[in-house]
Amino acid sequence: MKEKNKLYWKKNLGYLIVLLSIWFVVSFGFGILLVDQLNLIEFYGFKLGFWFAQQGSIYTFVILIFIYIYLMNKLDKEFKS
Amino acid sequence: MSLQLSIWIIIGLTFALYIGIAIWSKTNSTSEFYIAGKGVNPIANGMATAADWMSAASFISMAGIISFVGYDGSVYLMGWTGGYVLLALLLAPYLRKFGKFTVPDFIGDRYYSNTARTVAIFCALVVSFTYVAGQMRGVGIVFSRYLEVDINNGVFIGMGIVLFYAILGGMKGITYTQVAQYCVLIFAFMVPAIFISIQMTGNPIPQLGFGSETQDGVYLLDKLNELHKELGFSEYTSGEKSKIDVFFITAALMIGTAGLPHVIVRFFTVKKVSDARKSAGWALLFIAILYTTAPAIAVFARTNLIETVSEKNYSDMPSWFKKWEETELLKFNDKNNDGIIQYLEDEKLNELTIDKDIMVMANPEIAQLPNWVIALLAAGALAAALSTAAGLLLVISSSISHDLIKKIISPKLVKRKILKEDISEKGELIAARISAFFAVLLAGYFGINPPDFVAATVALAFGLAAASFFPAIVLGIFYKRMNKEGAISGMIIGITSMLFYMLKFKFGWFGGGDQTNWFLGVSPEGFGTIAMMLNFAVSILVSNFTKEPPNEIKKLVENLRTPDE
Repeated sequence: MKEKNKLYWKKNLGYLIVLLSIWFVVSFGFGILLVDQLNLIEFYGFKLGFWFAQQGSIYTFVILIFIYIYLMNKLDKEFKS
Repeated sequence: MSLQLSIWIIIGLTFALYIGIAIWSKTNSTSEFYIAGKGVNPIANGMATAADWMSAASFISMAGIISFVGYDGSVYLMGWTGGYVLLALLLAPYLRKFGKFTVPDFIGDRYYSNTARTVAIFCALVVSFTYVAGQMRGVGIVFSRYLEVDINNGVFIGMGIVLFYAILGGMKGITYTQVAQYCVLIFAFMVPAIFISIQMTGNPIPQLGFGSETQDGVYLLDKLNELHKELGFSEYTSGEKSKIDVFFITAALMIGTAGLPHVIVRFFTVKKVSDARKSAGWALLFIAILYTTAPAIAVFARTNLIETVSEKNYSDMPSWFKKWEETELLKFNDKNNDGIIQYLEDEKLNELTIDKDIMVMANPEIAQLPNWVIALLAAGALAAALSTAAGLLLVISSSISHDLIKKIISPKLVKRKILKEDISEKGELIAARISAFFAVLLAGYFGINPPDFVAATVALAFGLAAASFFPAIVLGIFYKRMNKEGAISGMIIGITSMLFYMLKFKFGWFGGGDQTNWFLGVSPEGFGTIAMMLNFAVSILVSNFTKEPPNEIKKLVENLRTPDE
């Protein structure tokens, strides 16, 4: 039982590291630190860095949470049976 | 129908709805009063959280601020949404698993110490009071602008409504009125945005509209950048703030969001741990609808404004211009007496000053939309302010009746044999309602006599939450070795360093100072991030040099980390 719980926690931490890295890269990376470089790229009527700062990062945040919900529901099921 | 009449009708209808919900959801137990009996559906909880979170500032001011600062406004957009990722991944599920009523509950139990609990109560009260005063003020302003009611009477009406449903329905009443308030506010925000997007770009989706072409075939953002260049303003899509400051402010707002007690407590109201995760996802989705529309409104309003006023005859200005001039939120000073409005970056030549709050509120008039849209906007702004105020008041009342009276004072009195037994559930419920009553009165007082520091302290509230709660909760879950000595010293260092920096640079205490004295070039708004890092460092250091936490606490933490039953 103890081993099982440890594995569950380890997997959870793995998800957290991956998802939070993406969280950091899209907002602090694309939206702030790399904004000038990305602004050289234009698509549709947007400069890419500006778009990440005011749109893209927010969409990514929503998607990240729903991915986490999916992963954890799956993990819960796996470890309950 | 006249504008006044349609506003009264729409506001009257929404208020009747809120009161009806409150009567339907009357509560009888402390569990219902504090956390709605843990029976809230995750989607409904997502909506309630969204309304709880989005205040008068999000609804009225944010798009206006972005409109004036362009890219620099991104700190609010990312800062006030990114925190939900932290909530969903690092806090909400574990706090729900812990399964008590309040944030000080967690801090007090996890750190087996009433000192820690008291520090947490203090932080919760300071954060919530600074916030709620601003909301009451917002209610008063909406009433006075749209209904020509005196600001103070506006505050009284708002107090009456909140009092009614917060005291009667507790968390249960608040939750379901917040669901209704979310629907009102998002509808009110989106309708004008969609109309204006169609008018300006032909695209009904504002999020795409502000990247589309205008009738003359130029991309809207390129056009706005061009207009800015002509008038001497810096490019809209680039900022003026330093990169390091933008970084730290964004981080402080994100982490502050994740540490705000009135947001955290919403995740205690659902049935299961998995529902807490789901709620956070839905909440952010509902918030994102407004937060991705706001930057579009900012661009539409900015372009519309410049095209309407710049180099135009003052005598040709439309009626909304005169109307807002009367409120003094819009001021024209014809410096060169040519009868033409010069709107320029250069202070000496500029003739027009515009308050940022106008941008959202006057938008439907500028775009010549029908009266009912304007009325809707007023109802939406009220919904945003009232829902946030109610959520905060509940935190204040539960901090007093549950954390302070039930958990600290009552056991002490029993020990000293002043009381025979612990306060009963019925007694606690009465205490909760009485403290809610006084909290509303105090909030109303601050709404009528706003202290000068309200605006400055809202930023302080985020800094405080980031510097105090966030590290204590995260370490409590993810670091088993964390003990009470570490947590208490960390929270105290976090709060005091934050307070010191704010007082020094916002109020000129301790010798004051200006931008050139900022630590690493970080503004007081961004300092919450540094105070939080300090808290983390001190907590870990102190806890490694003091006694390990007892075994039952380690078991408690281990239990938080297992799948839900």
